[in-house]
Amino acid sequence: MGNYIPDTAAIRKEMLQAIGKESIDALYEDVPSNVRLKELHIPEGKTEMAVASAVKKIASRNKVYDSLFRGAGAYRHYIPAIVKGIVSKEEFLTAYTPYQAEISQGVLQSIFEYQTQICELTGLDVSNASVYDGAVAAAEAIFMTIEKNKTEALVSGAIDPRVLEVIKTYGESRNVTITVTDDLYKTDAAKLQDLISENTACVLVQSPNYYGVIEDVEEIVSIAHEKKVRVIESVNPISLGLLKSPGELGVDIAVGEGQPLGMPLSCGGPYLGFMAATKELTRKLPGRIVGQTTDHDGRRCFVLTLQAREQHIRREKASSNICSNEALCAMTASVYLAALGPEGLQKVAKNCYDHAHYLKDSLASIGFKPANEEPFFHEFLTESPIDPVLLEQKLKEKGILIGLVMGDKILWCATELNEKEDIDRLIDAIREVI
Amino acid sequence: MKLLFELSSADKKLDLIPDCDVKSYGLEEKYLRKEKPALPELSEVDLSRHYTELCKQTFGVNDGFYPLGSCTMKYNPRIDEEMASLRDFTDVHPLQGEESIQGSMEVLYRTQELLCEITGMDEMSLQPAAGAHGEYTGLLLIRRYHQARHDEERVNIIVPDSAHGTNPASAVMAGFKVINVPSNADGGVDLDELRKVVGKDTAGLMLTNPNTLGLFDPNILKITKIIHEAGGLCYYDGANLNAIMGRVRPGDMGFDCIHLNLHKTFGTPHGGGGPGSGPVGCKDFLKDYLPMETVRKEDDRFVFHNAEHSLGRVRSYYGNFLVIVKALTYILTLGKEGIIASSGKAVLNANYMMNALKKCYDVAYDKTCMHEFVLCLEGLKKETGVSAMDIAKASLDYGVHPPTMYFPLIVHEALMFEPTETESKEVIDEAIAVYTKLYQLAHEDPEYLHAAPHDQPIGRPNETEAARNPILRYQKEC
Amino acid sequence: MFKNPEELKYAKTHEWLKEEDGVYVVGLTDFAQDALGDVVFVNLPAVDDEVKAGESLGDIESVKAVSDVFSPVTGRVVEVNEEVADNPALVNEDPYAAWLIKVADVTEFEELLDAAAYAEHCEQEG
Repeated sequence: MGNYIPDTAAIRKEMLQAIGKESIDALYEDVPSNVRLKELHIPEGKTEMAVASAVKKIASRNKVYDSLFRGAGAYRHYIPAIVKGIVSKEEFLTAYTPYQAEISQGVLQSIFEYQTQICELTGLDVSNASVYDGAVAAAEAIFMTIEKNKTEALVSGAIDPRVLEVIKTYGESRNVTITVTDDLYKTDAAKLQDLISENTACVLVQSPNYYGVIEDVEEIVSIAHEKKVRVIESVNPISLGLLKSPGELGVDIAVGEGQPLGMPLSCGGPYLGFMAATKELTRKLPGRIVGQTTDHDGRRCFVLTLQAREQHIRREKASSNICSNEALCAMTASVYLAALGPEGLQKVAKNCYDHAHYLKDSLASIGFKPANEEPFFHEFLTESPIDPVLLEQKLKEKGILIGLVMGDKILWCATELNEKEDIDRLIDAIREVI
Repeated sequence: MKLLFELSSADKKLDLIPDCDVKSYGLEEKYLRKEKPALPELSEVDLSRHYTELCKQTFGVNDGFYPLGSCTMKYNPRIDEEMASLRDFTDVHPLQGEESIQGSMEVLYRTQELLCEITGMDEMSLQPAAGAHGEYTGLLLIRRYHQARHDEERVNIIVPDSAHGTNPASAVMAGFKVINVPSNADGGVDLDELRKVVGKDTAGLMLTNPNTLGLFDPNILKITKIIHEAGGLCYYDGANLNAIMGRVRPGDMGFDCIHLNLHKTFGTPHGGGGPGSGPVGCKDFLKDYLPMETVRKEDDRFVFHNAEHSLGRVRSYYGNFLVIVKALTYILTLGKEGIIASSGKAVLNANYMMNALKKCYDVAYDKTCMHEFVLCLEGLKKETGVSAMDIAKASLDYGVHPPTMYFPLIVHEALMFEPTETESKEVIDEAIAVYTKLYQLAHEDPEYLHAAPHDQPIGRPNETEAARNPILRYQKEC
Repeated sequence: MFKNPEELKYAKTHEWLKEEDGVYVVGLTDFAQDALGDVVFVNLPAVDDEVKAGESLGDIESVKAVSDVFSPVTGRVVEVNEEVADNPALVNEDPYAAWLIKVADVTEFEELLDAAAYAEHCEQEG
C-alpha cells in the first residue's frame, strides 16, 4: 500500500524496455534461485492515517511523569523552543556526513561552533564532532591513552554502572585491562596512589559521580600526573555552568553524556557523546573533526580534517571504527548552549544545585537520611524510612516518579524544572504514604 | 559568513530560565568555576537567522538528487518524524521501569521481529547506534562464540578488498587480525584466493552483498560454505540491503550474523552524519551472546531480557530509540509489498542510469547491477585530464549531489552512483543529461571543470592547509 | 624525471639510506613524495625505539591517504627529525634534505639498490 516510489507502473515498464529487461525480477539474475524469498511474512502496508493511528496507540502505553526526580545518567531539563525549531530544519535533518565541503558549509560550520563551545565548556583545547553517547566516549577516551607498554585503565567504582559495562566490553576486545576501584560513594584519591602501576595508562573518574558527589579531581590529577598517568574526567556538561572545568582541574581528556544539553529523555536515545582533550592528544581523538581553512579565493571555510586518522583511509590501522556519529545531537547541544549563553547555563546549573539541596533538606526532614555528607551537584543518595519499592509504586500512582531505587537506598535528582512547588508536592505525597 | 562567536555581544541574551524559587545554597570555593565559559550571547532573532543562513548552505535530500553511492540517500518521510516527536516517546526516562514504558518496549519488540523476518535472522539487538557500531557488536558475537568453544586460535577475519573501511577497522577493534582477499575479474570474491586464506585460524568473513561495486556475488552460497567448512562464521554487512530487501535474505544465504543501517535502508534521516542506528541480528546459536536488554513478549507484557552469556553493553540503554520509532513507522507504512517494490525500483533506477551513462563513460563492471554502480574515469582522465573529482564537483553547479568518489579503492578514478527508489525517471533523466553534458565539457573545456564548482557558497577548500596547520576551534583575536 | 642522488642507497619501498659515521640516515625518495602528494603529517618512532629492516617504522599522511614507511635497516633510533614532524611540507619540498630518522647499532639491511637500479624500479612501478 504505502511506499515512496514516485513513478507509475507504466513508467517502470518504459525504463525496463530501455535497458532491455522483461521485468524487475530479471534484474536479480545473479541471485541463486534456491534462496530467492518466496514470501516475506510481514504485514501489508498501510496508509499514513492508519500508521499514525497504530503508532500513537503504541505510544499511549508509555506513561509520562510530569513530576520526575530521577536522573542516574539521563536528565530532564527545560528545552528552549528555538532548539527544536532549528534542528528540525530539513536540510540539517536529511543531509549526509559533510564530505562535500562546497555544499555542506552549514553543517561544517555548525560542528566547528560546537567544537569551540565544547572546548570553552570543558576548558580544554580540542574537541571532536561527537561519538555515540557518554559511555562510548569514555571507552574511546581510555583507548586514546593506551600505549605499547601501558595497557591498563584504572576506573573509579563510583562511575555510572552502564558506562562501566561499556568500558569493560570495549576493554576486553582491545586488550585493555580495566581495573575498577572498590570506591563506593566517592573515589579515594590516596588509594589510587597504590593502585597505579607501571602498566597504568590512565585514571578515569566521573564528577559529579554516579551518586552525585563532586570528586576531588585536582588531587587525583596531581597523584596521577606525578606517575605520568593521564586523567580522564567524565562530566555532566550542565554542572560546568557552576563547577570547575576539566581544564581548570588539569585533566587530560574530558568526556560526557551530552543529553542534558537540549536533548529530550527519549527512552535512552539518541544521545550525544562529547570528547575534548589537551592539544597534544589531538591526533588521538576518534571520529570526525572539522577544521578551518580557505578556498581558492581566500574565503574562510570549513572541512572535515585530519581524516587520515580515520577508518575510511587507515582501515585496519585506524584507532577507531566510528563513521556515523551523532551530528544532529551535536548541533542540538550547540544551539542549546548558544540560546542559554554563559549566564543562562550558570543559572540552569545553580538552579539544579539549589533545587537538589532544597530537596535533600526536605527529604531529611521526613526521615530520608543522606547516605553521605559529601558535596554534591544535583543528585544524592538517601536511605529510606519505608521500603523504597513500595514507595516508588505508591508515588507512581500519584503521578510522581521518585529517585532511582538502589537496594534499600534511593538516588534522587532535581533539575531547574523541579521547582519548589513540585518538591513540596512530592514531600506531601510521601507523607501521605508514610 | 560570521560564526556564532563573532555575532556575540554581551548585551544580548534570551530570557529562558526563571530565578530560583528556593534559597541559595553555598559550595566550597575550591569546587567553583572561576570564569564562566565564553559561550556566545545572542538575541533569539540573531540566533534564528544564523541557523537559517547555515541551512541555506546545506544540501539536504529535498534540495535535489543525491546519488551518493553506498549511503542510500532516499527520501525521509515526514510521518516518521512526526511519530518520533510524540511526547509519549520523547519524554520518558530510560530507567522509569518496564511497566511504564510498555509502549517503547513494544516499538523495540516489533522492530526486532520485523527486522528478523526481513533478514532471516532469529534474534535482533537494537542497541548499536550506527553501522560501524553494529559491525563491532556483530564481530564481538563471533569472538564470544569461538571463545566459548575454546577455539581461541581463530583470530582472523577475512575482508574483501572492495569492503568499506569500517570493516577492517571494526575487526581490529573487536580483537581480530584482518586478512584481505582480492576480488576476481567479475568484481566478486575470488574463490581460489578465499580457499587459500581460510583455515584453523579463520574466525569469520565480513561481506557486503551486493558489494560496494553494486554487484550481487553469484557465488554467495559457495563463499559462505567455504567459510563454514573452515569453522568460521559469516558476517553480513547490511549497508547495501536496500537492493535485496524482501527478495533474498542474508539468513538464507548462509550468514550467521548481520548489522543493518536503519538510516540507509529504512528511511531514517542522516542528520548531517548521525544519529543513525545499527541493529545487530543473529542466528539462534549466537543469541546467548547478544548485548544486554533485548525485549521479549510474555503474554501481553513486554519484558527486558539479558542474554545468558551477554557480551555486555556497547552503549547505555536500548539504542537510538527515536530513530527506531522512525524505522518502525517506515516499515509499517511500506509493508511487505512496499518493501519488495522499493528494492526493485532501487535496482531498476540504478540499471537505467548506468545503461544511459555507459554511452559515454566506462562502467567498472559492465553487467547488471543492483542498487548502485561504479564508473571508472581513468580513461577520461588520461584523455582529457579531467578527474573523477572534477566531474563530481562540477555536478554541484547543476543541482546534483556528487556521487561517492574514489571508492571502492579497487577502481581507479571511481564514481559510485546510488539513485535509490524514491527518485522518478524524470529526475534520473535530468541527472543523465547533466553527466552527459559534463562528459562533453571534459573534452571541450577541461579547465572549466578543474576549477569547478563555480556557483557554490565556496570553491574547493584547501584541505592540505587544513590538515597541516589544524585550526579546530574559534579563538578570539587578541 | 625523479631525482635520485648517486651517493644514496634505496629500498624498493621508496626509502633512501645514507651512512654518516656509523649512523644511518633514513628518508623518503622523490618518487615517494610525488606519489603521496601533499604530505600533512609524519608519524615517526621515538628515540631509543628499535626498528627492523623491512618492517614499518611509522607512517606518513597526505590528505586522503596514509602509507607505511619501512625501515631499510635494523637498529636503534638515535635521532628523529623534529623539524619535519613540525613541518611535514619539507618532505615535498626537498625529500633528500628532509630526513626522517637516524639509526645506530645497525645489524641488518634490507635489500638496497643504487640510484640507477632504483630509477629502473620506479620506472616499472610508475
